Amino acid sequence: MGYDPILEGVSPMMALDTVDVKRRARVILIDGGHRVRAHLNTLGIHIGDWLTVVERAPFRGPVLVEVNGSRLALGRGIASKIKVEIEGSIESLSTPPREAEAEQR
Amino acid sequence: MKFVLAGQPNSGKSTIFNSVAGYRSATANFPGSSVSFTITRALILGREVEVVDLPGIYSLTSSREAAGEAESYLLDEDYDLIIDVMDASRLGRSLELTLQLLELERPMIVALNMMDEAVRSGIEVDAEDLAQELGVPVVPTVGRRGSGLRDLFRGALRQAHCGEASRSLELDRKVEEAVGRVRELLAESEFENTVPPRFVAEKLIERDPHFERDVYSARPELEAQVLGVAEGLQEFHGWSSDQVVSGSRHAVAHRIEEKVVTMHPPQVGWREWADRLLLHPLTGGPLMVLILGALFWFVFRVGQRLEVPLLALTDRLALALATQFPPDTFVGAIAGGALTGIAGGVALVLPYLVPFLLGLAVLEDTGYLPRMAYILDNFMHRIGLHGKSVLPLILGYGCSVPAIMSARILESRRDRRITAVLASFIPCSARTIVIFGLVAAYMGPVWALFIYLFNLILVVILGNVLARTMKGASPGLILEIPELRLPHPKTMVAKTWMTLKEFIIIAWPLLVASSVVLGFLEWAHAANSVNGLLSPLTVTILGLPAAVGMTLIFGILRKELTLVMLVQALGTTQLNTVMTDGQLLTFTLFVVFYVPCVATIAVMGRELGWKDTAWVTTFSLLVAVVVGIAGRFAYALFA
Repeated sequence: MGYDPILEGVSPMMALDTVDVKRRARVILIDGGHRVRAHLNTLGIHIGDWLTVVERAPFRGPVLVEVNGSRLALGRGIASKIKVEIEGSIESLSTPPREAEAEQR
Repeated sequence: MKFVLAGQPNSGKSTIFNSVAGYRSATANFPGSSVSFTITRALILGREVEVVDLPGIYSLTSSREAAGEAESYLLDEDYDLIIDVMDASRLGRSLELTLQLLELERPMIVALNMMDEAVRSGIEVDAEDLAQELGVPVVPTVGRRGSGLRDLFRGALRQAHCGEASRSLELDRKVEEAVGRVRELLAESEFENTVPPRFVAEKLIERDPHFERDVYSARPELEAQVLGVAEGLQEFHGWSSDQVVSGSRHAVAHRIEEKVVTMHPPQVGWREWADRLLLHPLTGGPLMVLILGALFWFVFRVGQRLEVPLLALTDRLALALATQFPPDTFVGAIAGGALTGIAGGVALVLPYLVPFLLGLAVLEDTGYLPRMAYILDNFMHRIGLHGKSVLPLILGYGCSVPAIMSARILESRRDRRITAVLASFIPCSARTIVIFGLVAAYMGPVWALFIYLFNLILVVILGNVLARTMKGASPGLILEIPELRLPHPKTMVAKTWMTLKEFIIIAWPLLVASSVVLGFLEWAHAANSVNGLLSPLTVTILGLPAAVGMTLIFGILRKELTLVMLVQALGTTQLNTVMTDGQLLTFTLFVVFYVPCVATIAVMGRELGWKDTAWVTTFSLLVAVVVGIAGRFAYALFA
């Protein structure tokens, strides 16, 4: 969606709907209107938050993510607007980097 | 004295409410199941207290299109205490609402609910530390098991008595400066409101449209100055002012969470395993079909087991009555009508209604519905909606009234309208009774299943048409998936009883009265004229016996009436002896689609407006006629 494919290859930023199952990712941008952002905020998705992709429904169905202890189903439309960066490499999922969330603003 | 239960969706407000109120407020394990507030009077430690159960809100911002009932209640109404129900397993998020509630500066107590779920997810919350941080009492509770609730209400009484109002917590320094500046402006212009000035100031900086309208219509000169402050904040942080404020609140919530929570490794139990299967791309869909199929089978088997002996019994009674008072005498006609009404309720309605309501209660309480929303999101996109609409549609199989009301959980007006209209076309439990009582009972369960599938196909087509013609944006699915829960037998029974009571108190007397009226009309040979009036539709178009005309009129009151009235009008409970299978099918198809019942029309009028309602009503009649004709001729041709 308007991305330079070459640039996307280098940039660590990717849309949430392309993240693989069981991967942890950190929200860096919410590309949506005020209302969508506010709604995501109240459900516990903020910029800087870590989330885990728990499941992806087939045929462009929704993505199930775990964030701040709750599970959210996000339609692909919304998920594609949440840009994230993937945690380093294939690390163990048992080390929740809780400190990372503390960053403000 | 009046207490208000406030909290985020699915935090257990209604469960706590029901513990003091008996079972009055519908609970379900999905976010947003309470759509309007319920009030009860309860005796707490010997004092009479009014308790208000508000619908869940994620925050106090009016970001939703429908400015919430809960919100305006909290802001404007008179009450003595807020009981903030927090979900301990999602503390960080719950805290964000709590911080906003503190800003209302009313007496408050926190119920730290769902402690059991928190423990399972490895979250240990120190309630005393939390109370310290928030400056209000905190009581750990498990609403579902009733533990901690005594302490909660004792604490609530004490807190309401000493009347000490809560205090707002301090946010980011820049935000506080901006809030202070706007408060000064408000004070200078002597703006007064029921809401604390700090709260107003914060809302203005967040550019909340509701407050902007309120304040600037009274003090237009403030607008430019306040906007200046907001812009200053925006410039400093490089974010829009509402994000700065909410971000700063998030940071405070997070700081508190860090301080009061100790993390342990979560327990991976059956819930996690069940979820892996239920939501898995390969097993999720088949399991859903299996679950719904099991529900259908359960309703049919239990219903049939009960219906057959009950019908035999009521038939014997009717026969005995007929020999005592022949039906062509006045007394005989009236008594016969009354008996049909009573017997119809016992033998035709209850056998299917009870297992159906129990099954639906299981789906609701376990939290399977939001999972269905997840699995069906894709499919719902084909109709032009998204997964969240699944909830109202499934509730529609119970009763159209709560289904249409629950369409409010959808964010956009377009989605709400389409979903509410579609929900009214879903066969509710009353129509299910007709389907089971006529088609399944006489023609076999496969035919009943066929009606459900046929209905579903029509709903999909209708949804497609509506989605293509109605303008407006749909935000897509954003839905919380709550933890799976084992259904609680007490809640199940209470919930089933609540709906059943409604049938017994409202519908059954109506059934008996209508039956008596019909008996009287028949005795006076007046029913024939109504039937004659309707005969172009019933006889010519649909090929049904003329006597069904009256039943269709009664059916607008309650759909179950059509079935019982049919028994009364045709004078037998063995309906297959007077109607052919084709006629039974045509009649049922017509009843399933034609005109929503009075209660549905009323609630639709309120939710969608009368123009839409009139349109839907007329349209449904049209659909019913077309479907009826199709059923009549298709059956004659193929079966």
